[in-house]
Amino acid sequence: MLQAFHDTKLLYLYGGVLLLLVTLTLTGRALKGRRKTAASRATIDNLNARISAWWKMCALFTAAVIVGHVGALVLFGIISFLAMREYMTLVPTRPSDHLTLFWGFFVIMPLQYCSIGLHWYGVFAVMIPALAFTFVPTSIAIEGDTASFLERSAKIQFGLMVCVYCLSHAPALLLLKIPGFQGHAARLLLYLAVVDQISDALQYVWGKLVGRNKIAWRVSPSRTWEGLAGGILSATALGTALWWATPFTPLQSAGMAFTICVFGFAGGLVMSALKRDIGIKDFGVVVEGHGGILDRIDSLCFAAPIFFYLVWYYFTL
Amino acid sequence: MSNGIHPFASLLAAVARGISGVQVQWAGCEPDERQRIYFANHSSHLDFVVLWSALPSEIRAKTRPIAAKDYWEETPLRRYIAANVFHAVLLERGMMAKARSPEEARFVGRSLIEEMASALGTENSLILFPEGTRGTGEKVGPFRAGLFHLALRCPKVELVPAYLENLNRILPKGEFLPVPMLSLLTFGKAIQVGPKEEKDAFLERAREAVISLRRIGPG
Repeated sequence: MLQAFHDTKLLYLYGGVLLLLVTLTLTGRALKGRRKTAASRATIDNLNARISAWWKMCALFTAAVIVGHVGALVLFGIISFLAMREYMTLVPTRPSDHLTLFWGFFVIMPLQYCSIGLHWYGVFAVMIPALAFTFVPTSIAIEGDTASFLERSAKIQFGLMVCVYCLSHAPALLLLKIPGFQGHAARLLLYLAVVDQISDALQYVWGKLVGRNKIAWRVSPSRTWEGLAGGILSATALGTALWWATPFTPLQSAGMAFTICVFGFAGGLVMSALKRDIGIKDFGVVVEGHGGILDRIDSLCFAAPIFFYLVWYYFTL
Repeated sequence: MSNGIHPFASLLAAVARGISGVQVQWAGCEPDERQRIYFANHSSHLDFVVLWSALPSEIRAKTRPIAAKDYWEETPLRRYIAANVFHAVLLERGMMAKARSPEEARFVGRSLIEEMASALGTENSLILFPEGTRGTGEKVGPFRAGLFHLALRCPKVELVPAYLENLNRILPKGEFLPVPMLSLLTFGKAIQVGPKEEKDAFLERAREAVISLRRIGPG
């Protein structure tokens, strides 16, 4: 059970994360007292919210590693559930979508996670993109309500793809059989999470420091080309420096980290656009207390599948 | 009648809270043990349990729902839940419509109000859905007169409006399987029947008080 903690490199990686979190928490506390203008207050509050979310993620990761693969699948299943719940609450659906949504929550989502646990990789890889994709519109059509038919089918399928399919690739890393790297897959999951989240945060910080040219001001006023470049380059550098914890060479690690950063950026941008479309700033704003999970994992959702398939293709075949 | 909380009631409340992920906001008043009539919009079977579960347990033990007799006495399970689990006050629907004369209607109406007043007693509170039936959740229907007459009959009891949001998407009328979306419950500021206020004016004001608590808006 505690086998993962006999993995020295995992412990180093983990220790580094904890050290970083403690430093950030103390810095965040210190800054909180000094904030003056409204703008700086918003920035510092955003930073503190991120830090507190990281602590939660870290606790969750610890729990997942301690309880082993099944535990990790259950925990990520719960995150998928909470994320999809947030998404479906805020995306308008019609009463006739009820049964389809029920299937999404109680059949498709559990099946996706069970298929990982049972090593049914075929089911895991194609169920949502191919089977759910045909099931959702069929089920809606059977209900007989054709109003905004395409929109409704697309909305539900998109939610399943992002919150369930994409995210489930993160815990699926734990089951990859990489020659010479058996039993260390927890490091890959931590690597993905660290690079992705640090990239998010560094894009924000670089944007605040040197940001000039907005990427898509209608979508997200805080994203700039300078922030993107600075964030991706520095997070890639960090990812490269973590090569010793992975099966990658430093150069491969740089490539992997760069890919995670780019896809993570795409995830954040796409979900921002979606939030603009629904008319909210954060998923957490409307449903305070519960919300915000999707705001934190949007980049992870987009980065996890590409990272999983790159590792699978180049390191297990 | 014993006022203890049935263990099954606590279980149902926990399940309802889990399914509905309800977030409770006391916007116009605080939870209080004083006698109250909580009145809310009605669009789901979960409405009562969610509202009831949002109250602190000492208040929950003294808070009873008003429910329709025809529905809750239909099967033994429903009868058991209504009578033993939630100590529901079951009222016959459509009695007023069936009355053959205005006198009879007045008599029936008065006896229904008396039933509710005696359920309130000196220390209980009630949960009432003045629309009288579940709607689709898009609109709040017109309120029945019971709330007005009961308010006049029991002037010391506070009338607290509440809005249950999104429950119609979690367990809509006619559906058996729930979809676990998130919901909101907002309690508003207590209202009173004004001196000389007409029945229809009061009922419309009560309805507005409920609607004004809506936070996201319809779908």
